[in-house]
Amino acid sequence: MATVIIDGQEIQLAEGERLNGVQAAARAGIEIPHYCWHPGLSVVASCRMCLVEVGRRDDKTGKIAMQPKLVPACQTPATDGTVFVTNSKKVADARAMVEEDLLLRHPVDCPICDKAGECLLQDYHFRYGQETRRADIKPFTSRRRELGPAVTLFVDRCVMCSRCVRFCREVAGTSELMVANRGAHEEIDVFPGFPLANKLSGNVVDLCPVGALGDRDFLYQQRVWFMKGHSHVCANCSAGCSIRIDENQDQIYRIKPRENPQVNRWWICDEGRYGWKHVHDPNRCVTAQKRQAAGAAPMEWSPLIAELDTRLRRSRRLAAVVSPHLTVEEAYLLCRYVREIDAEAALVLGPVPQSDGDEKYPGGFTIRAEKCPNRRGVEQIITHFAGECAGWEHFLERLTKERFDAVWVSGGYCSQWHDAAAADRFSSADILIVQDLFALPLMRRADYQLPGAAYPERDGSYVNHAGRLQSFGWAIRPPAGAMVEGQLYWRLLKRPGLYQSRAVLDEVARDILYFRAAAEPVPETGVDLNCTPAAGAP
Amino acid sequence: MKADDPGILWIEEPQLGLSGRMYLPIYMHGLTTTFRHMKNSLLGKAVTVSYPDEEPHIDNPAIYRGTHRLNRDSQGRVKCVACFLCATACPAHCIDIVAAESPWPDREKYPQSFCIDELRCIFCGMCEEACPVDAIELTSLYNLTGRSREEMIFDKEKLLSVYDQTHEREPMRSPEMGGTV
Ligand code: SF4
Ligand code: FES
Repeated sequence: MATVIIDGQEIQLAEGERLNGVQAAARAGIEIPHYCWHPGLSVVASCRMCLVEVGRRDDKTGKIAMQPKLVPACQTPATDGTVFVTNSKKVADARAMVEEDLLLRHPVDCPICDKAGECLLQDYHFRYGQETRRADIKPFTSRRRELGPAVTLFVDRCVMCSRCVRFCREVAGTSELMVANRGAHEEIDVFPGFPLANKLSGNVVDLCPVGALGDRDFLYQQRVWFMKGHSHVCANCSAGCSIRIDENQDQIYRIKPRENPQVNRWWICDEGRYGWKHVHDPNRCVTAQKRQAAGAAPMEWSPLIAELDTRLRRSRRLAAVVSPHLTVEEAYLLCRYVREIDAEAALVLGPVPQSDGDEKYPGGFTIRAEKCPNRRGVEQIITHFAGECAGWEHFLERLTKERFDAVWVSGGYCSQWHDAAAADRFSSADILIVQDLFALPLMRRADYQLPGAAYPERDGSYVNHAGRLQSFGWAIRPPAGAMVEGQLYWRLLKRPGLYQSRAVLDEVARDILYFRAAAEPVPETGVDLNCTPAAGAP
Repeated sequence: MKADDPGILWIEEPQLGLSGRMYLPIYMHGLTTTFRHMKNSLLGKAVTVSYPDEEPHIDNPAIYRGTHRLNRDSQGRVKCVACFLCATACPAHCIDIVAAESPWPDREKYPQSFCIDELRCIFCGMCEEACPVDAIELTSLYNLTGRSREEMIFDKEKLLSVYDQTHEREPMRSPEMGGTV
């Protein structure tokens, strides 16, 4: 075990742990300011913001010998006996100097900069900078150029940390960005004709410690301090990246990655980052309707639920299509409900959209081909109830041969997920209930047309492609008139009060062996369901 | 903010001196003011005016806190840069801004729409204080009237027109007065 001393505090590192000065200090609760270092990128030690005093304690004598010069903490490994001093006058002076240098040619246009409020240059300036500006340079506006479809560059705000350049080289592997010119004239740029257009490009905006790289989609939409962030899980593919949804008054403004070493580390892809537009689509269904001879008539939820329940309980043959967009809890409640009425009810996994194949990036990031968040979870739930998990195509076949009294279809897909021909197959059902986001063919043909929720409005857990279960709460409320699936099933099952996803997950973990690991509170990074103790284990 | 936030400066209430504890001197001090006003009004130097027959006199329009205006820059464009600092500072939440990229090459961001709900406003002047470019100012127009609530929500054009009406009488804060160019 290694002992590292930071400002007199001793911390112990576990065997084989390799930390640098910045990380070791963070362990001790001490911040070492840094721009160019990022845990996910190579070390260049170019910004010099992390300069500290470093020394070594002699094992035998206990004497400490300090190095005469300041060294970058990001590049100094914390090994046994390393001493870091971060609170000396020398260090404070060095930080103030770096800050002053960075601000020399900075436009200081914070009032119109989207980064203001979460900008490291701002924060560090207040914490480590000088009170007054010695250089007599008037604030100016920054030059700007577009780097690609998603990202714009405010040239003069850049502090030349080169994080963005390293990201494109090391993680995306596409190397679009470069540093042009030398010395004080250095600028970030792209090669003419080769824009920053890879599918991970949005990450450079998160990486940029200042406001130099801007998200074109988010540009000027909202000041960061007005938004509230909610931990959530991306629903655009089965990777299940941890995300943070930034919202103000139920309007989403942006999605950012949430660090999760088990899943997405620090990154998300642009599909996920901008994959929330359908949530605020004006064409979303927002009125529950009942189809009658004269056409669809709007109906209040309470009488509708009561009527639905009575009619369903009178039916004998039931089927439910369980969408892979439902959470584990919702899928469980739906299966539970239909199986309560008809113990033989057909349970079907909704269509699983697939792209051409997984997209792997050199930095280890993968965009999955399966474009839904919870295929695995839903499959497990259905298998628990029905013994096997039937697919969508199979069910469509079955519909031609068999007659069902009532079919319940859950959707939640962000795009056209079935065609009119598939919808026609459902014509034999006496009662067709569809809960979905948009008025697709199935919805139009349904007897009960129920507006459902999109993923930021859901509460519950998804199981990703690798069998990791992550729980999350809702980030925004559904539009007025729509009802979240979980809440609807909860009411149909006549449970009291509001839908509580955690209570359902407890039930799931109790009933289904596969979910056993979710019985404990689920940490922010999720639990690996594959580690579930085998059946019969104590 | 928590009570132990290092950003909070705790100040002890000063102890009352002897005269304070005796209560009488302070009492006399207050009464003197009352009687002074009484004397003045008896002598015809009343401070109240019979509004609306009589218009009140405003001593220093530069510090009066009446209707807002949005100032124009040297080229006649709205000076506001849509930084939202006024909306952030506003305790009554009466400012609503929609920002966009500006149509002008020399400026980056501008308010596509800018609305103030004058009915909700408490005329505290925080917006004026927060503005980094002195784009929003409170004028000495005090007689705000309207026939409907909607009418009292001032949009960008209306606020600019208040500037056009008042800028000669009440010049924009110059750099010498601590304003920006
Ligand atoms: S644009 Fe941002 S991330 Fe890239 S070098 Fe400049 S400051 Fe660093
Ligand atoms: S963070 Fe260490 S030199 Fe930049």
